[in-house]
This record gives sequence, structure tokens and C-alpha cells, in this order.
Amino acid sequence: MDDASSTDASATDAALIDVDIRKTLGSGKRQFRLAVAFSSRCQRIVIIGPSGGGKSLTLKAIAGLMTPEQGRIQLAGTTLFDTRSSIDLAPQARRVAFLFQDYALFPHLNVRQNIGFGLSRHWLNPGADSGCPEVDYWLDAFNLAPVAHQFPHQLSGGQRQRTALARALVLQPRALLLDEPFAAVDPLLRIRMRTELDELQRRLSVPMIVITHDPLDAEVLGDQVFYLQDGVITDSGEGWPGAGRG
Amino acid sequence: MSAAMDPVWTALALSLKVAGWATAITLVLGTAVGYMLARWRFPLRDLLDSLLTLPIVLPPTVLGYYLLVMLGRRGWLGAWLHDNLGINLIFTWQGAVIAASVVAFPLVFKPARAAFEAVDGQLEQAAQVLGLSGAKIFFRVTLPLAWRGILAGMLLAFARALGEFGATLMIAGSIPGHTQTLSIAVYEAVQAGQDDVANRLVLITSVVCVTVLLAAGRLMPGQVANRRDGDRG
Repeated sequence: MDDASSTDASATDAALIDVDIRKTLGSGKRQFRLAVAFSSRCQRIVIIGPSGGGKSLTLKAIAGLMTPEQGRIQLAGTTLFDTRSSIDLAPQARRVAFLFQDYALFPHLNVRQNIGFGLSRHWLNPGADSGCPEVDYWLDAFNLAPVAHQFPHQLSGGQRQRTALARALVLQPRALLLDEPFAAVDPLLRIRMRTELDELQRRLSVPMIVITHDPLDAEVLGDQVFYLQDGVITDSGEGWPGAGRG
Repeated sequence: MSAAMDPVWTALALSLKVAGWATAITLVLGTAVGYMLARWRFPLRDLLDSLLTLPIVLPPTVLGYYLLVMLGRRGWLGAWLHDNLGINLIFTWQGAVIAASVVAFPLVFKPARAAFEAVDGQLEQAAQVLGLSGAKIFFRVTLPLAWRGILAGMLLAFARALGEFGATLMIAGSIPGHTQTLSIAVYEAVQAGQDDVANRLVLITSVVCVTVLLAAGRLMPGQVANRRDGDRG
């Protein structure tokens, strides 16, 4: 069942993601206008473009960390944002996973506490040893059990990425949003982490939107690729040549 | 009872009581105001910051006079407190607590603001996306990452409150056993020519203050992760 390519798995009439947003930032001559519109049925979307083109802003808008002036955002059949019907779900209610460029792991919590962070809704963080079957599952699945008690600054780049992914996936998100996931790592590790992410997405078949400025990321991770420059989508392509179908 | 005690220890006990209360008050208010100034954008934010920093540069006697005008029997707040609640703060140890709190306040809210500003905003956003409400994010992410800076400020505030003289004298006077704190007792002892009492008072004060400073130095944040990237990638 899982052999089917992820694109086919989501082949329904409705688009998986439908975005049409506008936002103006800054003032005077240093104004930046974002007017991004795209929709896709693909489970693996890559938005590529130069720095400062509005990629991160777009991703933040989907996660609810940035509020557009007008437009709408639909994800997996749910309206997350729509100015016409005054819908603006809080980031807490959107159930999307957001992976920051440097992973934004909590430096005062160990790997186990980081992964379990969103599962606990208490006023205090879970204890250093707090047992929880979901956390144990992801610790095992991502080979993080040996470093469960280590803190983020003690981890390798790959371990950090896996911890951040586990922390997000344990909450069963509607989609994974990744902000330049490999920008901060050296080229050798980048190849390995890209492959890891590629395999992981196929295994879980969770919808994924990656933003990057690296064409290789688009080639390996994108079933559909959008090109974003100066705040607008200028081009899109489906099924890039050799798009990582092994 | 306290009259039977050695006046030196009476003064020390009173000083610790006043400084302890003042520290507790400035800790709560200073943390709240520090957070507000670090995270909220509102008009006149810089003016408010400057006004609240004023106690560092104003002579304590000037500060004490302001407080007296405000809290005295004929002051607008003092009159209201007296008429409605029957509270009088002048010449009481509670008045000394207020004087010490005002003087020590900038020493807490300044480092608290800096500590909160040093907390990476992305961590708070990450917590938001992970489903936590704002207040819980504060207690589970922001405060744990900022507490060292706040604690260092708190210890400085305690030391400052312990040494407070001018404003306290204006508001609370110098009633032995009631409002005569260590630093005021030193002054009175020297005025009265009681050099042995003065020596002991000075020695005790010095030891307490050096201890507090050493503790504060150990708690000062070494390196704090602080990076904020541009918003659009």
C-alpha cells in the first residue's frame, strides 16, 4: 500500500493546500510586498527562491506566526485563515508542525523533554525522566534513545533535526512545514539529512512543505516545486526530472 | 522584647525584614515590568523605561521627598489610604519597605528586561505551534531561560535595599527597634560618638553585602544564546 507514490495517495479532488495571501511589510522605500498564491494536490511541495523573497513569511503565515492582511489559507480540507469569513485560527489550533531553520529546540530541556513538550499541557515542563509511550516510540524510531538525556547543545546536527521532527510528529500534525532545513549544516551532513527526511516523509506519508534556496532540495524533496521571488510565485513545475523516485 | 535585644542585632533583623520584603515586591513587579518592556510594543515605552530607571540617578532624599509628598497624611495617596483603609505608612517599617522597593526596583527590571530580550523569540513561536498558550509558554520556556538574569538582579536589589538610607529616613524616620535599619543605625551611632557600636554595624553590613555580591556574580548569565534572523528567508 505504501509503495504507491505519495502524489497518487493524495489524489482527491480538493487541493491539499490552497494559499492566496497578501501582506505589506515595512514603509517608505524599504517596503516589501508579499502576494503569494499557489495550490497543490501534492504531498511534497518545495518553495524555492532567493533569500528575502518571502519564503519564510509564507511558511509563517501557514503556521499562523504571521497574519496576512488579506487572503485565505486552506490545508487538508480545513480553512486556517480567511479574511472574507473572518477565520484566523491561532497557531495552537492549526495542528501544523513548523521546523525552524536552527530547529528551535528548547535549550533548557533534554531530548526526551523536548519531544514530550507539546504532549503536556501543564504549567510545568515534564520531568527529565517522564515516561510516555509516544515519546518512547519516537525516541526509538529516530535512534534518539541513547541521547534521550542529553541537551540540545550536546547533539549532532542530525540528532537535532530528528529531535525537532520527533517533537513535531508526536502531535500528529496535518502537515510538516520546514524552513530551510539544511541551511545550517555542512554539505556532507546535508546530503544525509536530506535523504533521511525524504525516506521519513515516504514512510509516514505526512504532507510536507519545504522552503529552500538549494535546487538539490527541490529535486529530491519536491513533487511540485514553486519558485518564489520578490514576494510572488513566478513559476511552478510538477515532477521535476528525476524527482527522487528511486 | 526587641528592646531587650542588642540594638545591633535588632537593627540587622529589621534591615533583613525590610530588605526581604522589598526584594520580594521588586522581584514580582520587576519581572512583570521587565517582560512587558521587552515584549510589548507601545507608545512611550522608552519614556516609561527612563522614568522607572530614575531611582538609580535621583538622590535618595529627593526620592524620599517625592514619596513623602505622595504617601504623607496630606498626600493624595496617603490621604486616601488613611481615610478609606485606615493605613498610615509614614514612620512605619512598611513605609521603609516601600522606600527600599522604589530604590531597588530598577536593579530588577533592567536585568529582567535584558534577560527576556535575550530569549530567542523563535523558541516561543515553536512552543506556540506545539499548542501551548501564552501564559504557559512564559512559565515553561521564557522564564526558565531568563531566570538567571532576573536572579542576579534580585540579589543586587537585596543588597541595595539593605543599604538604603536617604529615602528610608525621609519616610520612616529613625525609631530604634521600629524603623531604625542598619544603615541608619550606623549614622546615629557615629553621631552619638558610639564608635564600638558603629564598628560592629559597619562590619556586619559589609559582610552581608559582600556575600550578596559574590552570589550575584556567580549567577550572572555567562553567554546567552541570542540570535534573531530576518523574518523572510
